[in-house]
Amino acid sequence: MPSGTLQIRAISGHSGAVPGAGAHREEEVCKYIDVTTCIGCKACEVACVEWNDMPFAQTTFDNTYQTMPSTAWNFWNLIKFDEHPKDDGSLMWTMRKDQCMHCEDPGCLRACPADGAIVQYTNGIVDFNQENCIGCQYCVTGCPFDIPKFNSTTKKVYKCTLCSDRVGQGLEPACIKACPTGCLKFGTKVDMLGLAEKRAAQLREHSGFQNAGVYNPSSISGTHVIYVLHDATKPEMYGGLPANPKIPATFTMWKSFAKPVGLLLALLAAPVAFFHYIAEGPKEAQPPLPGEHDK
Amino acid sequence: MTTAVERFDDEARRRVNAHGRTTVHENELLRHPVYTRVLHWSVAIFFLLAFLSGFALYTPWLYHALTPIFGGGPMTRLLHPWFSLGFVVFFGLQLLNWLDPMWWTPADSRWLKRIKSYVSNEEAVEAEDVGFFNGGQKMYFWTIAACAVIFLLTGLPLWFPRSFGRLVVAISSVLHDVSALLMLVGFIVHIYESTAQQPGTFHAMTRGTVSRRWAWTHHPAWYRQATGRDPRADYERARAATRRAGSLDPADD
Repeated sequence: MPSGTLQIRAISGHSGAVPGAGAHREEEVCKYIDVTTCIGCKACEVACVEWNDMPFAQTTFDNTYQTMPSTAWNFWNLIKFDEHPKDDGSLMWTMRKDQCMHCEDPGCLRACPADGAIVQYTNGIVDFNQENCIGCQYCVTGCPFDIPKFNSTTKKVYKCTLCSDRVGQGLEPACIKACPTGCLKFGTKVDMLGLAEKRAAQLREHSGFQNAGVYNPSSISGTHVIYVLHDATKPEMYGGLPANPKIPATFTMWKSFAKPVGLLLALLAAPVAFFHYIAEGPKEAQPPLPGEHDK
Repeated sequence: MTTAVERFDDEARRRVNAHGRTTVHENELLRHPVYTRVLHWSVAIFFLLAFLSGFALYTPWLYHALTPIFGGGPMTRLLHPWFSLGFVVFFGLQLLNWLDPMWWTPADSRWLKRIKSYVSNEEAVEAEDVGFFNGGQKMYFWTIAACAVIFLLTGLPLWFPRSFGRLVVAISSVLHDVSALLMLVGFIVHIYESTAQQPGTFHAMTRGTVSRRWAWTHHPAWYRQATGRDPRADYERARAATRRAGSLDPADD
């Protein structure tokens, strides 16, 4: 468990090296969410709003148990309810705690043009620093999970911090502390993955969920929030969890390679023009007047 | 594209040209009246502001160099779309103003075939069919027009990402970048050509006039149209005159 300070691993919109990166050994943390034992009590939703001192958000009733359609700038933790028809015709309820996944390869951080607006700590937490945010919302486009939310009054983007303020002091996130069933756990990535695999095996062997598995998508090099799902082959049925989350190429190859190279090539026009002048000289109006540099 | 738009363009040109003055000295020709100059520099100012604020957010390597100009990152992000709208509006007016002289003609296709000799300064004076604008100027103009449309169409999703899909925004930012790079190349060439490369050109856009020598050298067909005289004959006559004057100069030997 990290304690005291959080070491920074990656910084958004940052030119050059990340100061201090790799200077300290730190365990990677992980939030474990067992969807199969969530009872939908929403204690985590309340704990999140409480701990983060967020103004109360208006809830929306849409004939389900869900608090509102999606997370909001002041509501970072949402239980997504779904009624899923099973093969035998009966219905199954899924309740998935939706929040920032704290991707190992964060699309928001890759997309962000503002230096230091988004950082990734060595422990894997991806955190927004609103004082550096310029409100461009590129992170919204970069995120495969539709998590960063824009506040049009402050012109800043907000999301779950994985309670980096608590984790930095050796405490577990507020949602974890509030969970009454133990479907939420917090620890090192290695420990949580081991626990999740064990639970998935248990579901497969003892509870008849042949497709039970762990959601830790490799397309973004894994996440620091992992799910145990009854059916890991259909993550979409859990409130639209993407099976193959991807960062748009705009913020990977294009941003980190094509853009700087393109700019350098475009700027080549300046030395070309300069040396054209040196080599070829100007086109004077003809004929040059006596005394002009015409020889 | 008729009537109402044309009437608006004529009216705007008439009203703005009624202000200020353009002094045409002896041996000079009026090239750019007040309206054209005001539009050109309005486009230029908004372009420069949009360009600097845009490149501030283009790459982390420019972020700290350029955002302070506009009062930091958030202000840069806030102002960029408004600078850009100013650019698009004034360029739109310039488009109307210059629609006729910028129309592509067979002479421009011929100019394009000769571009190598143009770049290497092979000919002292331009071919006689080169009009008010040459093919290169027209290419730059229509590139700006195309880029302005792309900037606007792709800029809106970047400005209001929540009203468009994630995919639309991702594609838009790539097209936005490509247009910016195209404009950057054109802008550098434009500045070079209009200042150091062709002495006398900058004056056309500041005080509105050019020398007759400049006109028959760079835009002979326009010279013929503006003066009713033969550009090549006038050039040869002037050349003979300077030669005679030059031969009297003992320093010439």
